[in-house]
Amino acid sequence: MTSSSLSSSFTVTVNGEPQLLDLDNRTTLLDALREHLDLTGAKKGCDHGQCGACTVLLDGRRVNSCLVLAVATQGHSITTIEGLGTAERLHPIQQAFIDHDGLQCGYCTPGQICSAVGALDEADRGWPSAATADVGAEKITLDDSEIRERMSGNLCRCGAYVNILAAINAVSP
Amino acid sequence: MREFGYQQVSDVETAVATLATSADARYLGGGTNLVDLMKLGVETPELLIDVTTLPLTDISETADGGVLIGAAVRNSDLAANPVIRQRYPAVAQAVLAGASGQLRNLATTGGNLMQRTRCSYFTDVTKPCNKRAPGSGCPARDGEHHNLAILGASEHCIATSPSDLAVALVALDAVVHVREGDSARAVPLTEFRRLPGDRPDLETTVEPGALITGVSLPGLPIAAASRYRKVRERASYAFAIGSIAAAVEVSGGLVTDCRIAWGAVAAVPWRATRAEAMLRGKPVAIESFAAAADAELTAAEPLEGNAYKVALIRNVTVELLAELTGASR
Amino acid sequence: MTSTLDPATTRTPLMGQGINRLDAIAKVTGEARYSGEYPLDGMIYGWVVQAPIAKGRIRDISPASTLSMPGVLAVLDYRNAPRLSDAGDSELLLLQGDRVYYRGEAVAVVLAQSLEQARAGADALDVSYLAESHDVLLRADHPDMYTPELVNPNFPSASNVGDVDAALAAAEVVIDRVYATPAEHNNPMEPHATTAHWNGDTLLVFDSNQGASSVQMSLCRLFDLPRSAVQVKSEYVGGGFGAKGSARPPVVLASMAARLLGRPVRVTLTRQQMFAMVGYRTPTIQQVRLGSDWSGRLQALDHLAYSQTSKILEFAEQTAVVSRMMYATPNLRTAHRLLPLDVPTPRWMRAPGEAPGSFALESAMDELAQACNVDPIELRIRNEPDLEPDSGRPFSSRNLVACLREGARRFGWDDRDPRPAIRQDGRWRIGSGMASSTYPARNAPSTCQVQARSDGTFEVRITASDIGTGARTALTQIAADALRVELDRVELRIGDSDFGPAMIAGGSMGTASWSWAVVKACRDLLGQLDMHSGAVPAGGLLARADTKDDVAAQADVTRHAFGAQFLEVAVDIRTGEVRVPRMIGVFAAGHIVNARTARSQLIGGMIMGLGMALLEESLMDLRFGDYLNHDLAGYHVASNADVRSIEVSWIDEQDDQTNPSGIKGIGEIGIVGTAAAIANAVWHATGRRQRTLPIRPDRVIS
Repeated sequence: MTSSSLSSSFTVTVNGEPQLLDLDNRTTLLDALREHLDLTGAKKGCDHGQCGACTVLLDGRRVNSCLVLAVATQGHSITTIEGLGTAERLHPIQQAFIDHDGLQCGYCTPGQICSAVGALDEADRGWPSAATADVGAEKITLDDSEIRERMSGNLCRCGAYVNILAAINAVSP
Repeated sequence: MREFGYQQVSDVETAVATLATSADARYLGGGTNLVDLMKLGVETPELLIDVTTLPLTDISETADGGVLIGAAVRNSDLAANPVIRQRYPAVAQAVLAGASGQLRNLATTGGNLMQRTRCSYFTDVTKPCNKRAPGSGCPARDGEHHNLAILGASEHCIATSPSDLAVALVALDAVVHVREGDSARAVPLTEFRRLPGDRPDLETTVEPGALITGVSLPGLPIAAASRYRKVRERASYAFAIGSIAAAVEVSGGLVTDCRIAWGAVAAVPWRATRAEAMLRGKPVAIESFAAAADAELTAAEPLEGNAYKVALIRNVTVELLAELTGASR
Repeated sequence: MTSTLDPATTRTPLMGQGINRLDAIAKVTGEARYSGEYPLDGMIYGWVVQAPIAKGRIRDISPASTLSMPGVLAVLDYRNAPRLSDAGDSELLLLQGDRVYYRGEAVAVVLAQSLEQARAGADALDVSYLAESHDVLLRADHPDMYTPELVNPNFPSASNVGDVDAALAAAEVVIDRVYATPAEHNNPMEPHATTAHWNGDTLLVFDSNQGASSVQMSLCRLFDLPRSAVQVKSEYVGGGFGAKGSARPPVVLASMAARLLGRPVRVTLTRQQMFAMVGYRTPTIQQVRLGSDWSGRLQALDHLAYSQTSKILEFAEQTAVVSRMMYATPNLRTAHRLLPLDVPTPRWMRAPGEAPGSFALESAMDELAQACNVDPIELRIRNEPDLEPDSGRPFSSRNLVACLREGARRFGWDDRDPRPAIRQDGRWRIGSGMASSTYPARNAPSTCQVQARSDGTFEVRITASDIGTGARTALTQIAADALRVELDRVELRIGDSDFGPAMIAGGSMGTASWSWAVVKACRDLLGQLDMHSGAVPAGGLLARADTKDDVAAQADVTRHAFGAQFLEVAVDIRTGEVRVPRMIGVFAAGHIVNARTARSQLIGGMIMGLGMALLEESLMDLRFGDYLNHDLAGYHVASNADVRSIEVSWIDEQDDQTNPSGIKGIGEIGIVGTAAAIANAVWHATGRRQRTLPIRPDRVIS
């Protein structure tokens, strides 16, 4: 790839499948998913990393796909809501969101769920958060205030937060 | 967004040399600020050089007992690092107080220091802004400025730096390592960012095209009990309206050493050196803390809409210093 | 095949049960497709270009450089845009001339092969303007302030019972205060999006809205088309809160662009664009005067509200209307004054009128309680009316007092020390507060079709909209009950204007209004089935219902839902931070159709109320005439961390004067009262009254 080229051909793994893409360098990961791969589960709520609706997992970590250039994901692995679970085989967090009514309009929901998957993994690794009283401590107790803080990068205008908390509590160890 | 080329590089030399080939290239880190500003038309590079692929992703301990943080270390990895968490807790807390889990997984250490202001005139290309379009004017002074600077501003610009991390770093004597052309240079963070003066478009003291390769923190025992406190309008996921990083060393009821820095008050992470000087040798008491904060704040030039920040900063300073020293109110 | 109906006697009604949201699986898997997610063959992307001036004219548009850019196919502007006819909303007459009426108004749409190309073309479009001086600040003493004839939706602007001035002059206690609320933006998570496609002279749009038949009607009028030529589909909608209550610019622009190009066009607004183009809640300035005796019994209530509208369309928020029905007083006056400015037209935002109006009224009541040294709950009970104070009409049901008592019990209000500023927990000052909630429970005509299919299932078709309310689930429950079958035998189809005219999801009238049509059609169908001895003939059976006459024939009573909110706040007066650790809401809202989705909706309303109290504010820049903090980093809606314990419950309320299902809407009442309860609690915590929203750190710091 040369600097004179304004578009790029590259391969990225999406939901376990290698995808060969030829995209304008300006295309974000979010637009690549939605407009080029017809994976519309990742949502565009703000396009500036200010709402979290576009959250997907990049090499297993939750990120705002609206701020990631698709071209920069070459060789990496993306998991979207479509790759987490399906109607026939729901991910436990998807099931928990249903059981606890952790959604209303549904637009922030895929991002919330991807974010929850990432957040639980982060807690499992012992990563602290702004709600952690002692950042030096090795283990994290994922109490309500920890979950709320860790999920605060996903705005929900319908106000499903109480139920989202309950859903995550139901699946967190 | 303007069309641009994209290039990955595998070493620092190539990155710097590649940037020099273009009249308008930018290093791309996590993209959380740059891509955001490109969408708004504030940044219009013709070439992006992806520096996340550089071998700058380690946090290593240095000979003087400090740490060197690679510029491409993601914010979340920085905050999760055991050495940072135990020896420089304010740094971990500052990172964690910023943005969201998703953004911290993307944003890099070097990028964080290069964050542009969130002033709403700067981010809207249909409006004047001396920082974005030199000479066009600053509407913030007579307009909306409730979260803009009370310290170090000029008639040309009252922008604030939004970085939380930089506040903790500047308090703990961080040094920024940059590559300028063929040479490497270490710049204390206190000298890395510029106050606006009559050139608010110039934000750092390093050469255009310089690449941050890392940030080092010295071995600093006082830092082990450092703390970061952030006040914001929302309980999470919001920029600071005032923040403080501090560390205090006490002996025999007196403050023997201290580090104090403020965020969201200036275009730079504000090291409160006057407050520190005032506090050293003083008894551990609320009055000492208040006097130290006041000494620093004598330089404040608040406007109508951000005058509350003077009280806010004074109050959080007293509160945090009291917490750190166990002084009772 | 025969359709055996379950005997009514052995069947537990589905209504009231907390059945899982029927669209939850589609939403948690990402399968639910919203209106900007339909990939039509040959589709073109449109990007809106907005005026950077608040008032003036377009001097020139030079599209040449944009047209030369890669992928750009056309620029739609006032010189080539299809001519539109007035559809009763002058803000929809887009690209019809060179005038600019507000900053952020659409002046062009750039059409290109890709999203990136369209945006780049829009950024580069060369438009020059002749700016004129603008006026964008709401102030009570503005000379252009006038009295509108009606306020939203159709209330008289003013009301007057008795002699308020004399009663105030004679009152033992007078509270005379000015309250202010800022402009607020609805900000549904899904930005407005339309994918439009013309097939000859017929138009199909996938559009994000709260009512497909309302948008269909607007498109018919704008483009002079018969209803049969316009289809609006809106199967999934990512929230609305009023911002999608009628046709908004994207559907008009996409339809015009698609016509120009002869290809499908999608127009999606950016979050930033939404701050100028889809409405917002007007700022208000409100003077409330209460006169009472020492026991707190009201002698006079005077509520005067100032708000803004645009210069091209009148929208008069019904801010003071809540005071006409809330408390008993022999002397009652309300008035509205409106100021036209060079701003986008304010429109509905969740509980228009009641949300800002109740902030003023319920704050003033708290101040009166303090002045009279009467408990705030007791004060309200003492002023509980038998009939609607303003009109003298009976209430269909009114259970405010029951809500107050139940809420007080759940909260533990009796243990409360009324003295302000005496509780401290670490750096936090602690206080508690309460306020009443209310919202009208109205119905609007709707139509519905129900088909009995030969396989024993039923298809219910209604142009309802589920914007997150749970209407899809609730209406399925209602239909199943009406048909006396289990849920899985009913297929409910919504969000398609081909199903016939229906009420929008708005005014807390959606589910109530639709349920009536559903029940009526189902009953009709049952009658038909009876005539066929329960057997569905080969071709199926179809029933249609229209509730126009039924709604018109409703008795002349006044219908409202009520509620009470109790909450605790923690205030750090040194930093200005305010937290709300505990909120309790008790509501009396008729028959609750689905306990699960209702709870969610009421909690969601209270959370938006929390945002209104503490966070939300659109900052008007006087020099540039726009809402400056136009994104989700600058405009703060509540985040997960802002929300702590919220408990919602309701009292069992039977009201057979609302509609056949006894439903009162619950979409809006949750937000009503929250802001006042928080402000009242902040006073209790700090001893300082907060009469201006939001209660920002700089207003709290001392």
